[in-house]
Amino acid sequence: MVSAPGNRRPGHSRRAQYGTFFGYLIALGGAGIGAALLIVSTNDSAAFAGARTAAEDGVAPVSQVTAKGRTESQSLLAVIGGYFTRGSRVAQLEREVSQSRVLLAEQAALKEENARLRATLGLTEGELKPVAVARLLGSTSSSTRRFATLGAGANQGVRPGMVVRSPLGVVGRVIETGNSTARVLLITDTESTIPVRRAQDGVQAYATGRGDGTVQIKLAVSGLNPFKKGDAIVTSGSGGLFRPGAAVAVVVSLTPDGAIARPLSDPGMTEFVVVEPIFDEALAGAAATPVGGT
Amino acid sequence: MPSPLIAPITDVLRDFGKPRINRAPSPVLAVSLPWLLVMLGSLSPTWPVIASAPLVPPFGFLVLIAWQQLRPGLFPVWAGLPLGLFDDLFSGQPFGSAVMLWSLAMLVLEFLEVRFPWRGVVLNWLGASGIIATGLVLALLIANAGGGSAAVSILIPQILFSILAYPIAARLVGAVDRFRLIPIITV
Repeated sequence: MVSAPGNRRPGHSRRAQYGTFFGYLIALGGAGIGAALLIVSTNDSAAFAGARTAAEDGVAPVSQVTAKGRTESQSLLAVIGGYFTRGSRVAQLEREVSQSRVLLAEQAALKEENARLRATLGLTEGELKPVAVARLLGSTSSSTRRFATLGAGANQGVRPGMVVRSPLGVVGRVIETGNSTARVLLITDTESTIPVRRAQDGVQAYATGRGDGTVQIKLAVSGLNPFKKGDAIVTSGSGGLFRPGAAVAVVVSLTPDGAIARPLSDPGMTEFVVVEPIFDEALAGAAATPVGGT
Repeated sequence: MPSPLIAPITDVLRDFGKPRINRAPSPVLAVSLPWLLVMLGSLSPTWPVIASAPLVPPFGFLVLIAWQQLRPGLFPVWAGLPLGLFDDLFSGQPFGSAVMLWSLAMLVLEFLEVRFPWRGVVLNWLGASGIIATGLVLALLIANAGGGSAAVSILIPQILFSILAYPIAARLVGAVDRFRLIPIITV
């Protein structure tokens, strides 16, 4: 049992009475100030970006260390877990390797054919050179908005709009940059929408975050739902922000007008991510809604 | 038998805060630690966790509630304003969200304090659970007004985790409270 400390009544002292009174007044005022700040920040998403990015820059040196610890401790757990599942996994891997050999041979043939066709059309292979390679320092873990902090900023050439990718797939895109950190809108955020297509046949769709670690795939043209469990979803490249063909997610369940898919790149498990330049500057500029956020 | 090299250190540790006569707590520690602990909780987005769903309890908020329940009047009633401002820098919520919600929470806690001056663990936990759940739902509505469109149902795991984590936060606050009041300054 706890009881109130006895000395909280101000008694006859005018000074103490005024102190208590103004305390309540400021507390109420605080709620009002919060509401005012909210009105400003919801109308203009870039407001207070300076304060936010400066704060992120300030704690970045510590975050760099903890981010390193995160990837190391997770790989340690993976090593321990590996001992328990080794037998069945070896069998599974052997089966997959034999299947993959066949696919690889087919792929090589396709690649050769592709190169021949490109040569006839006079297209050059445009490989995007990464702007920066950095760690993800952390993410908003208790808010329903999904932002991550990237360990590279304006000093490394990172600009808002650039795409952040891990070896497994698209992670998100940069929305604010500080000097040495940047804020990344993850693809699972409810404000993130990226144009995608199904990898095997190019059914056009949009992938919108659901805020709970999955994305909602919505068909661009409504019709019969063509998706099946296990379909791979890749970026389609329309809009110009994302280069076409980058892996995004795999369908895990179906909805009446599309599907729910799980992103391939778990940002918590990736050690380094790559920041890519905007795929088609002119196209992205024409679309020109600067990506929102906060 | 400790080696002579480390003996002085263990002696210092053993005697830390031991002589209690004409000693007083350090005012710097006693005043600053509660604020620092709440701010440390607000820094949880920089902890080495990258979540693709909101699961992690809002530690800054939990610690603030725990302090207010353990030591009513330690924080001024307006403490939600500066502490919320700090939280907003890192939380990812629209700026001003925590300023408003934390200020309101302080007023609610103050009301509970006056209404129920004698509280047990159950009443404390119940009050804190109500405030946490309301705070998380309001934060989601604010985030949605600022551009998101998440369903309230995605909060259910986080609310459960936060309610379960509250006693741990309260324990931590209790430990820090004992530490900050160790008499170490000679008077």
